[in-house]
Amino acid sequence: MESNFPTSLRIVIIRAMLKLAGLLLLILIAGGVYLIRDIHLKNAAYEASIAKTVVEDTFNEEEWDKIENGIHVRTGLIDAEGLMTVVSNCTSCHSAKLITQNRMSAERWNETIKWMQKTQGLWELGGNQEIIVNYLVTNYPSKKKGRRMILENIEWYELEN
Amino acid sequence: MKRKEFIKKAALSSFAVLLGTDIVFGSKILKGYTPIALQGPDDPFTLFKKDKGMVVLNDKPWNIEAQAHLLNDDITPNASMFIRNNGLVPEGIDANTWTLTIDGESAAIQKTYTLAELKSKFKHYTYQLAIECGGNGRNEFDPPAKGNQWTVGAVHCASWTGVRLKDILEDVGIKSNAVYIGFHGVDKHLSRDPKKEPISRGCPMAKAMQDETLLAFKMNGKDIPLVHGFPLRLVAGGWPASVSGKWVNRISVRNKVHDGTKMEGAYKVPCNPVAPGEKVKEEDMCIIESMPVKSLITSPKTGAIISGKSLKIRGHAWAGELEVAKMEYSIDFGSTWTSCPIGKPANRLAWQHFSATVQFPKSGYYEIWARATDSRGLAQPMLLPGWNPKGYLNNACHRIAIKVK
Ligand code: HEC
Repeated sequence: MESNFPTSLRIVIIRAMLKLAGLLLLILIAGGVYLIRDIHLKNAAYEASIAKTVVEDTFNEEEWDKIENGIHVRTGLIDAEGLMTVVSNCTSCHSAKLITQNRMSAERWNETIKWMQKTQGLWELGGNQEIIVNYLVTNYPSKKKGRRMILENIEWYELEN
Repeated sequence: MKRKEFIKKAALSSFAVLLGTDIVFGSKILKGYTPIALQGPDDPFTLFKKDKGMVVLNDKPWNIEAQAHLLNDDITPNASMFIRNNGLVPEGIDANTWTLTIDGESAAIQKTYTLAELKSKFKHYTYQLAIECGGNGRNEFDPPAKGNQWTVGAVHCASWTGVRLKDILEDVGIKSNAVYIGFHGVDKHLSRDPKKEPISRGCPMAKAMQDETLLAFKMNGKDIPLVHGFPLRLVAGGWPASVSGKWVNRISVRNKVHDGTKMEGAYKVPCNPVAPGEKVKEEDMCIIESMPVKSLITSPKTGAIISGKSLKIRGHAWAGELEVAKMEYSIDFGSTWTSCPIGKPANRLAWQHFSATVQFPKSGYYEIWARATDSRGLAQPMLLPGWNPKGYLNNACHRIAIKVK
């Protein structure tokens, strides 16, 4: 019997081989993507490690985030819950001085953040936004000034006249 | 920790922080970015040759203000001039290759001049110009307004030398539909994104065409210091200082109100008065033009304890586009006012000087309040003027504290 058997078998084998090739191709692609991504990440991590080395070489890590009299020395921010979230998200473009000069409600802080995200290149803050805003309204509350403040912190000195 | 070391650390930290939060942004910044703070020697006072009494409101970007007593000179020296930066001070400026381009919908042609051409082709003029930050006095607003909390020291009156903007614009030719000019400078945005301009404001044609509106290359007879706009700065006395663009290399003649950075959302006040804290829509905000009448007692410094019953005071007054017509002071919180002589301005838009000898009836604590009135009869208020969301135009009376023994 010059049967169909070998032919059908051939078909089955060819099909199986095709499937295998497809699978191999998929694995290759996935692997490649994985590898490329990995290389990319490794590069970024490498650059980060260089930066870290530079940072660590220049001064010791302990002093870096030193707190003195309740103040984070490097930024001048008050040491309280949320401090490091504010330090890492809010002090890279401008100094913390621009932040601590301001006294705002939560609503206005959120608006300010939205404005910076829209126009100044600030990134999405996710869950950190609430931490940041809470830190700001708690530690930098606004004080009533009225229509005119009294003169404060006068440095008295003798004037010969 | 030494200051220099501290700045270095702070700058490097930004890298580390950025790398932690956003690797792509961080690694991009890492290459070839030397923060300005790393370059200068020591502190801003040395860096910018400023008086040690100047107050640093922000070190990135640099925002530094004077105190009243530092502004006693008739012509403000660099040492006492406030610094307001929206972005990063440009680096590596070469005056020899500097050019100024005039372009825009309403320029007859686009034309570029070298700095040398500007200097040789057009007549030079020198004016003393009072230039005040729109937000000077912001710290007094309640509810507080956002931004740098300037007190009284964001004003100066230096002597500027340059060529008239109108002479250049006439040389280029402007179309009849010209409405506004907008400046462009080379300072960098804080995010270092080269596509973002930190500030690009301007003024209506009428202001641009005034005799005193200069493209200046000298301040107080010398090259303009880098931080104040070297090698070319637009100066528009009497208007918010943000109109006086620094490091200018391009002026666009626009057929509409200029729409550069900080034309929207900044340097505007409600067109109609609002209650303190009220929300105001952008379309209900109007661009600030002339600054209001104001004055400063620059001598003595506040806090003087004196033994006699009389005291000499001195100061300056200015009124935006107008002149100061009357100067008064009070030692009884406005119950009585005493007039004192006010000098004529050196030229239009310069501040004017006053002096007086104040008599005190008995010993005790006093405040000397100064009040200027402009040529239209508008005087400085003793209380804060109308609240506005961004805290501009606080021209309330300045006062100093005195004790008589
Ligand atoms: C990607 C850069 C960037 C980051 C990160 C950033 N800002 Fe800003 N921020 C800016 C710029 C640019 C300005 C405008 C500065 C100027 O004009 O002087 C600004 C201005 C401000 C102002 C003044 C607003 C005003 O109306 O004058 C405050 C307050 C502020 N930032 C707070 C924050 C806080 C809080 C964070 C952290 C959540 C933050 N910033 C993070 C770029 C940034």
